[in-house]
Amino acid sequence: MTTTVAERDLLGLLESAVNEAPVETIVPAEATQSEVEAPVRQLVIINWSGEFDRIMPTLIMANAAAAMGYKTKVFTTFWGLLPFVNDQKRIVGENWMQKMLAFMQRPGISHLKMSKMNFLGMGPWMIGQLSKKYQIASPKELLEAAEALGVEFMPCQMTMDMFGLKREDMIDGMGEPVGAATVLELMTQPNTASLFI
Amino acid sequence: MTLTDTNPAGTAKLTTLDARGLKCPMPIVKTAQAIKTVTAGEMLEVLTTDPGAVADFAAWSRSTGNSIVEQTVADGVYRFVLQRK
Repeated sequence: MTTTVAERDLLGLLESAVNEAPVETIVPAEATQSEVEAPVRQLVIINWSGEFDRIMPTLIMANAAAAMGYKTKVFTTFWGLLPFVNDQKRIVGENWMQKMLAFMQRPGISHLKMSKMNFLGMGPWMIGQLSKKYQIASPKELLEAAEALGVEFMPCQMTMDMFGLKREDMIDGMGEPVGAATVLELMTQPNTASLFI
Repeated sequence: MTLTDTNPAGTAKLTTLDARGLKCPMPIVKTAQAIKTVTAGEMLEVLTTDPGAVADFAAWSRSTGNSIVEQTVADGVYRFVLQRK
């Protein structure tokens, strides 16, 4: 087999490249590609429901996104804000109507109802038992993991006012209250996925 | 350091994360936390029993740039050796 000068030069270059960087040889091709210039991806979730079966996907998607290096933001509004009240708080609000709402729907991540088959708490209790049996993370565990991974939670200012909630009523990881315009701006940024849960 | 020279069969220092039994998304969540404890270029071994992990770890690897250098399955336990970017 004959090789031209150019081919020999190329072989020499390849050999020296391999000798200088032996680590490169074990890295799968697709991983090197994503290393090149992966744009920062973002996940924005509008969490408007406070029910167990919707808080779960919110927290699961938020956790997975944060674990994958996405900037992850969860905007919590209306009923979706109540699970992010500090678990220890029992009655929140300033006037009797707000207090009554908190009494009827206890806020906090450990006190979620289900959108169907709630049966006075029987449904959530059974789901809780099944989750333990199959080692599925509870909403509380998922919330703690999300906070540890740096998921940003943003409360809706209007909902805070309506329920009479103060900053100190909320979980420690809760950010500053924002409005719809802020969320829309986030949702329309490039490389951003947004969910309405 | 090359993997083949210093770590032929998981003999060199290898941090292991035991995520067996955990369900989605916890294997990925724990992995994201654990990969921060090893230095760049070092390996992290993850054990999981979640069949969804095969697709999930591939997606995680592509998104984060941390590579999967080894992937095996035995007795329902999926083993991933990951290298931190």
